[in-house]
Parts: sequence; C-alpha cells; structure tokens
Amino acid sequence: MIKIMHQGWYEIISNKALTDTVYRMELAGDTSAIAKPGQFVNIKLEGQFLRRPISICDWDDTTITLIYKVVGVGTRQMSRMEPGKKLDLLVGLGNGFDVGKSGDKPLLIGGGVGVPPMYGLCKRLIAEGKPVTMIMGFNTAAEIFYAEEFRALGANVIIATADGSVGIKGFVTNAMDGVDYTYFYTCGPEPMLKAIDKVASTSGQLSFEERMGCGFGACMGCSCKTKYGNKRICKDGPVLEREEIIW
Amino acid sequence: MVNTKVNLCGIELDNPIIPASGTFGYGYEFAELYDINCLGTFSFKGTTLAPRFGNATPRIAETPSGMLNAVGLQNPGVDKVLSEEMVKLKKCFHKPVMANVSGFSPDEYAETCARMESEDQIGWLEVNISCPNVHGGGAAFGTSPAAATEVVSKVRKVTKKPLIIKLSPNVTDISEMARACEAAGADGISLINTLLGMRINLRKQAPLLANRTGGLSGPAIFPLAVRMVYDVYKAVKIPVVGMGGVSTAEDVLELMMAGATAVEVGAANLVDPYVCRDIINDLPRVMAEYRINSLTDIIGAAHR
Repeated sequence: MIKIMHQGWYEIISNKALTDTVYRMELAGDTSAIAKPGQFVNIKLEGQFLRRPISICDWDDTTITLIYKVVGVGTRQMSRMEPGKKLDLLVGLGNGFDVGKSGDKPLLIGGGVGVPPMYGLCKRLIAEGKPVTMIMGFNTAAEIFYAEEFRALGANVIIATADGSVGIKGFVTNAMDGVDYTYFYTCGPEPMLKAIDKVASTSGQLSFEERMGCGFGACMGCSCKTKYGNKRICKDGPVLEREEIIW
Repeated sequence: MVNTKVNLCGIELDNPIIPASGTFGYGYEFAELYDINCLGTFSFKGTTLAPRFGNATPRIAETPSGMLNAVGLQNPGVDKVLSEEMVKLKKCFHKPVMANVSGFSPDEYAETCARMESEDQIGWLEVNISCPNVHGGGAAFGTSPAAATEVVSKVRKVTKKPLIIKLSPNVTDISEMARACEAAGADGISLINTLLGMRINLRKQAPLLANRTGGLSGPAIFPLAVRMVYDVYKAVKIPVVGMGGVSTAEDVLELMMAGATAVEVGAANLVDPYVCRDIINDLPRVMAEYRINSLTDIIGAAHR
C-alpha cells in the first residue's frame, strides 16, 4: 500500500534543549503516514505563512520525535513551546532512506542537524541485525548530541569535531578512513555531502536540504537536476542516490 | 439550498473555486488527498513551448503573511504536457480544465495554444502575460498594452476555446491593460499575478532568492487583488477571474462582490493542501450567513 501524507493535529509531549541551539520535541498523534526513516514533517506555526520542514528523528505507533536547530523565527518559536500545545503537521513527506540497500555493514554519517534522521535509520538497520557504524560530525564538543542514544542502539559511534575537542580532529571524511562498509547513508550540510561523495568507496544515499514552498511536490520550489531527470527535493527526495547526483 | 454555480465564458462551473496555476501541478498530487472533482476547475502548471527547468534555488522565501516565489516556469513543454501530464490528469479529473500558457514571443504563445486546441478536456486557455520570474518574456507582454494586444490577437487566431488573459499587478493602470486585451479578442481577464518583491539574507548580505527578485503572493496581497478586480470589472464587459491571497470562503465572496465571476486560490494550497475542498464545503454556510442564495447574484455587487 502506498502511504500518503497525513494532515493532523499533534500534541507536544516534551520539548527540551539538547545543546544551546538544538532541541528535541516529542509529539503525539497519527504516525500511520510515516513509511521510512529520512522522511520529514511540515509544521504550521502561528504568524508564519509557510510551514517549516523538519526531519523525523524517530517514530512509533503514536509518537514522533523531531530534533531541530534554532536558525530563524520559526524554529525559535518552536523552541519556546510548552508540552500540551497542539501543532498542525503534514506528516510522512519525502521518499526517505531505502533500508534494503544497506548490505552487511552500513555506514551512517550525520553532520550537525543532519544527525537526527540517522537515528531512525540506525534503529531499523540494527533491528534487522546489521552492525552499524555511525559517524557524527560537529564543530565542537558543546554541539554534540545523541552520541549516547546511538550507542544505546548498539551502533559503533565515531565522533569527529572540527576543533578536535572530542574524538577525531577534522571532518566526517577524516573519520571515514579505515572504516569497512558496504553502503553509506548520510545527511548534513551540502559541502559535507560533496566531500563524502569524493572519498566514499561504495554506493550510498544522501539526504539534501532546500528551501521549500509546500513540501509535498506541488510548487516546484525545490527542484534540482539529477542524472535521472528533474526531481523535487520534497517529494522525489530529500534522499537521492549517489549515482544520480549532479554536483 | 444555495446555488454555487457560475458561468465562466460559456462553461458552467459547479462552484467558482479554481486552484491557481503553479500551486496545483497537474492535479494528481492533490487527487491523492481528496476527490478534486469537487473543484469548479483548476488551472494547471504554466506551460511553455519548450521544456524549462526554471530558475536556480532558492526559489522560495517567507514574507509577512505570504511568500515570494521565483520558480521560473518549470514545465516539461507543451508536447509532454499533452502526451503525459494530461493523461494522468484525465484519470483523476473529469471536468474541463484550464490550461495556463506562457511564452517568450507572441508567435510562441500562439504556437503553444495551437497545439492545445485539439485537447477536448482543455476548457479555457489562461494566457499568462504576467510571469515576473523569467527574463525577456512573460511580464514584458503584461506591462505594455501594445505588446499585450499582439499576444492576444495572435492567440485569438489559433483558438476557439475561451481565452482568458492573466494580468500582472506590476503596472500603473491595470484597467488599461484589461481594455487592450478585451479589444484584441479576449473572452475573460484573470488577475492578479504576483507582485514583484525581494528579500535579503542577513547572514550572506545578498538577495535570498537565486533569481534576486520573486513574486509575492499570499494573504498580504489580498486587498490589492480586491481593488484591482474592482477596477477591471468596471473597465471591461468580459468576465473577470479574481485571485490574490484568497484562503477562505469569505475571501471568495469579497472578490466576487468586487467583480469576479470565479476565484482562483493560489499560495494557500501550498500551506493547506485541503484548502480548496474546505472552501467549497464552507461556501453554503457562509452564503447563508450573508443571505446569499445564488453566487451569480453577487458578482460585482459592490459596484451597485
């Protein structure tokens, strides 16, 4: 069955800071439209015309976990919300990661707020009995979040910080040296994705970010060219296969 | 029982609600969400003779009570629209549809429209002479009465379908533009397209949109749309299709009282994909609230 997006009201269960600028929000509501890790929700906020697309970190039958960074007025507004408040969400947007292509030893790479969608993916890969290596890249120690959560899932976590304050000094690509993997999945800033593409030794899936109008394929606001034709980041993405990307 | 039917250029609509071009694709994305046959009709994505990818991204920016877009007429070109998109459209929509057409020369407009002539499900041509997001075309024809006349005259020669001309608000006197189109053979006028705007990214100290400028839409422009529909209704005898920031059934009544025979809903579709269905469901209640029996009765009511 093809799952289509769902519009509904979702109640905030918790909303807490993980770092100075990164927050974790749990919402309760209908999650039946979520089919794959790497999909996203689009949130209506009072006083803002356009919805705010936020990647899904994790979900179960009744709750959605979002991790978001405060980057503007919309996310700042979200960071101040209290439990009990209800939000209008479009849920189950985007194609998400294809877990089936992981091979025996998947490598997951998240940079900054590209880390959250890796969590739901990691959980599902580990549930299938796959040993997961998770590389997390941050600028500095104070920005690190969710390392323990990934370890609790059973992932082999490698941290890279640009200033060397924790783990490997440098970028996620430095941390990839010597890792044995069959396939990779990644989400993060575009320069990071590009750097990974340069050094990766296998096929993989990369999740992109773009400013969106609708988030469900109607407005052509987030189009990109690929080797497989024009795609909409919101509907045909945000996950693209390495082989189709035109850098 | 209230009557929501209106007649647009000889074709009866069950109601005046028309999702606007560029906010509804070719319908099938929305048909996954609800039965789009509840719509009066819809205006499909702006079509040009050749395929177009459109502008670089970012193409979208938030604004107070609205948004800027600079998509730049991305579309697969008229031949693919007819051979592929119309096939998918027909599976989910069974009423006459409005074909939105754009171009870069009067001959190109005419050629695109001519190729659409044999497609029976296209009920109306909505010729867009007002796209603000492409250079050397679109809006150039919508800001000069002489250029508009040339486009309308050429298209008129190749089509028997009702010909609606979509006007730009980025002009000194929109009534003059409407009169020129009417004199050149247009059957209707639709307005307003988006208003040219800009936002600047404070971190980068540069325009936020890759195209630098974009078209402003959303509730922010609604009062401008009301005023311009009011002016154009006075200026011409042909029907007016009103649009610009419409998001509720009340907005629909307001634009109709200003002079609109039918009403297009644009940016609101992007924020609330069910908005057109909801407006249609809401219309009878709101009509009753204002003691309106038939929508036809209120077209241009504010002029009387």
